[in-house]
Amino acid sequence: MHELSVTESILKIAMQHATQANAVRVTSLQLVIGQLSSIVDDSVQFYWDMLSEGTICEGAQLHFERRPARLKCLDCDQTYTLSGELTDCPNCHSARIKVVAGEEFYLDSIEVEAESALSDVRSS
Amino acid sequence: MTTTRVAVVEKILSANDRLAEENRARLDQHGVFGLNIMAAPGAGKTSTILRTITALAPQITIGVVEGDTAAVTIDADKVIAAGMPAVQINTGGECHLDAVMLSGALNELPLDQIDLLIVENVGNLICPAAFTLGTHANVLISSVAEGDDKPYKYPNIYRGINALIINKIDLLPYVEYNLDYFKRGVELLNPGVVTFPISCRTGEGVDEWTKWLLEKVTSD
Repeated sequence: MHELSVTESILKIAMQHATQANAVRVTSLQLVIGQLSSIVDDSVQFYWDMLSEGTICEGAQLHFERRPARLKCLDCDQTYTLSGELTDCPNCHSARIKVVAGEEFYLDSIEVEAESALSDVRSS
Repeated sequence: MTTTRVAVVEKILSANDRLAEENRARLDQHGVFGLNIMAAPGAGKTSTILRTITALAPQITIGVVEGDTAAVTIDADKVIAAGMPAVQINTGGECHLDAVMLSGALNELPLDQIDLLIVENVGNLICPAAFTLGTHANVLISSVAEGDDKPYKYPNIYRGINALIINKIDLLPYVEYNLDYFKRGVELLNPGVVTFPISCRTGEGVDEWTKWLLEKVTSD
């Protein structure tokens, strides 16, 4: 797929939030990726190591939380988890189904090291 | 030094989505209906666009954005030869068009004179599905020569479309293709999506497609 441009976006978002938090270093990133969002973890990690070099994100760990795809039948309201190939409703075999989860593709949070200047001032 | 967790919760492609919204606003402002055409290489994207131009040219002006990974203008040349403005985007090897690329192309088109903007995405069934462009409708062309299992193998692209064109139906007698199996897969992914079986070679079915499209363009 297009892991390079995806990784560039991840870095941009992480840098923006890290700067806002006055971070001196980003130590980890928590990414949430749904089963239906095709992305290769190893490939993102590869580009990440390359792109983050020389930034405050260098050396940060990428954590991928995978979310399963869940489907809902529009005829009988049954919800079920997708395993392998796409199937019709296991309850009533209707083909009218809707994806309710599994498309997630976002950066949930980052862990940063920040200068604790503010608390130092307060404690002194 | 303290370690803290900073909540982000931002969609990874949010920057693209935002720019896509800007593209949409720009098209709306000029009264242009944007159509994103996606398909595998060789499914007949350019042929369908040329057929569409021939059918609708008497009634509306159509602009075309041609996305290609290589620096060739073969497709754009064909559109210009058909008498409509076209802009070529060379993605430089990238597998899809994104909102930034389309935004640049919009600068080069006479938007005030155009009623319909057709964007021919890069031939690919995976990546274009993830990048919104800001167009008003997404159409997928699947040709029978590709096989009837494509909805099962490339589910994401079938889920985000507003219409489906099945091209090369003149080849049905010559290929192993179970239309019911294909349609069942489509139905699972996109219940009730409007489907147009056509042949760009013979012209069969093209009228139904262009009639649907013209209605979209003139009602929006």
